[in-house]
Amino acid sequence: MLENSGSLTRLRNAGINRGGRWLIRGVDMDVERGQIVTLIGPNGSGKSTTAKMALGLVAPDEGNVNLRDRLCVGYVPQKVSVDWTLPLTVSRFMALTGRIPRRQIDEALAVTGVSHLRNAEVRTLSGGEFQRAMLARAIARKPDLLVLDEPVQGVDFNGEILIYELIKSIRDDLRCGVLLISHDLHVVMAATDQVVCLNGHVCCSGPPVDVASSDAYRELFGTRATPTLAVYEHTHDHAHLPDGRVRHADGTITDHCHPDDSHHHAPEISEKTGAADVG
Amino acid sequence: MLDDFFVRALVAGVGVALVASPLGCFIVWRRLAYFGDTLSHAALFGVALALLLESNITITVFGVSVFIAVALMFLQKRATLSADSLLGLLAHSALALGLVALAFMTWVRVDLMGFLFGDVLSASVNDITVIYVGGAFVISVMVFIWRPLFAATVNRELAEAEGVNPDRDDVVFMLLMAGVIAMAMKIVGVLLITALLIIPAAAARRFATGPEQMAVLAALIGSASVFAGLFGSLEWDTPSGPSIVVAALLFFIISISPLAALVTRNRPGPIVDGG
Repeated sequence: MLENSGSLTRLRNAGINRGGRWLIRGVDMDVERGQIVTLIGPNGSGKSTTAKMALGLVAPDEGNVNLRDRLCVGYVPQKVSVDWTLPLTVSRFMALTGRIPRRQIDEALAVTGVSHLRNAEVRTLSGGEFQRAMLARAIARKPDLLVLDEPVQGVDFNGEILIYELIKSIRDDLRCGVLLISHDLHVVMAATDQVVCLNGHVCCSGPPVDVASSDAYRELFGTRATPTLAVYEHTHDHAHLPDGRVRHADGTITDHCHPDDSHHHAPEISEKTGAADVG
Repeated sequence: MLDDFFVRALVAGVGVALVASPLGCFIVWRRLAYFGDTLSHAALFGVALALLLESNITITVFGVSVFIAVALMFLQKRATLSADSLLGLLAHSALALGLVALAFMTWVRVDLMGFLFGDVLSASVNDITVIYVGGAFVISVMVFIWRPLFAATVNRELAEAEGVNPDRDDVVFMLLMAGVIAMAMKIVGVLLITALLIIPAAAARRFATGPEQMAVLAALIGSASVFAGLFGSLEWDTPSGPSIVVAALLFFIISISPLAALVTRNRPGPIVDGG
C-alpha cells in the first residue's frame, strides 16, 4: 500500500512497552527514498528502539509500522561483538547475509578506507576500523534503506567528517533512504533532511541549520567541517525525571508526556527546571 | 569389504564425524555445548522409551531429543531458573530417568555400557545406511541454512534486519542436532556425543580463517580421530567410543601447542594487531 508513496518505512504513533514502561511512544516518522533522517536524543531516549521498530525487528505495542516489502536493507547495529571462537575475515564478513560480487566488495572497502584490512580477522580490528568495515558491509549490498546506529562511534573527528561525506555520496549514488542515529545532541550531518529528537517520545523535529550560520560552531569545528556538519538548535520546555515522570516548564509534574499534553510548549519558564536533564 | 566388523566401524564412525563437524562448529560458536549435552543425556531416556514401546531406537531417541529441546526453549522463556541450571536439571534428570526406567524393565536385557559409551564395533550395514542417508540429508539442510545461520550467529538483529529468519533457522538447527545425536549415539554413546561434536571443531578453530574452512577442517580432524581411536582401541584393547574421544582430544592439544603456532604464523594474509 506504500508502493506509490516514497516512504521506505513509515511509523505512525508507534510505541514499545516493556514491563509496563513505555520505552518510546507516539513516534511519527517517515524515511523516504533519497532522504536522510537523523535521530538524536540522550541515552535511553529510545533511538535504537525506534530504529529497530522502523526495521521491523520489534513489533510496536501501539500504533503501526509499515516497512516496504522486499526492501534491501543495510544495517549497522550500535554494538556488534565478534566472539574469538568465530573465524571471520573482513572479506567473509562482507558477504554475511548474502553473496556479493567481488568488485562491489572491493569498492565498498575502498570508499570506507579499509581495503588493506580485507584479509584481517574481524576480531583483531580496532573500534574505528571495525566501524568502517561494518559500514562497508552495509553499503556493499547497495541497499534501498540504510540504517546506521551511531556509525561514527570510535572514529576520530576527521574520520567522522569523512564518513558523513561518504553517507551523503552513498545517498546520492544509490538514491537510498538513510536512517542515521547520532550520539551528538546538537551537531548532525549537514545533508540531513529531517532531524527527529527523541526522549521517550518525539520531542521535536525539523531540518538542521548550517554550521556556517552559527559563529560559535564555526569556531568550534573550523572551516573544514562546516560544509559537512550542521546544527540542530532546539530547547525543550520539559524534562524527564529518573523515575519516568515528566517535569514541565511551569514546574508541574505529570506521569506522561504527550504531544497533545496541554503542558507542552507552556509559555512561562519555571526556575525549577534548571537542574533537570535535557529532555 | 563391509563383512569385516572393523571396516564397518570405521565407515560408520567416519560418517558420523563428517555429519557432526558442521553442527559442532555452530555449537562452539553459539556456546551450545551444555545444550548438546542435555539433548544427548536425554537420549538414554529415549532408549528406555523405545525398549518399552518396542519402537525403533533411533527414531524414538530423535523424538525425545526434539521434545527436550522444545521444553528447554519453552522453560527458558518462563522459568525463573538460569539457563545453565535449567540445562543441568534437565540433562541429569533425563539421564537418571532413563537409567531408572531401564532398571524397571527386568524383562529386557540391555547392554547399558553400549548406550552410555557407544559400541561402534557392533555397527551393522543397516546402521551404516541410516548414518549415510540421514547424514546426507543433514548436510544438505546445513548447506541450505549455512549462510543465514552463520549471519544470525554473528549478530541476530543484523541478520534479521537484512532478511534472515533466525527463529526458523534455530528450529531447523535444533532438529538437525537431535537427528545427529540419535545417529551418533551408537558410535560414542550418550555420555560422549558432545565431545565428538565440539572437540574436532575446537581443534579446527586455531587453523581456520573462515567458517566454511573451520567446518571442513573439523570434519577432517573428526575423521582422523575415528581412525586413530579405532586403531588405538584395537591395539591396546580399549573401549572404542572413549578411544575416539581421546584421539580427538590429542588433536586439540596439538592444535593449541606451540607446534601449531608455527603453522598459523606462516598462514598467508596480514596479521593485524588489535588496538
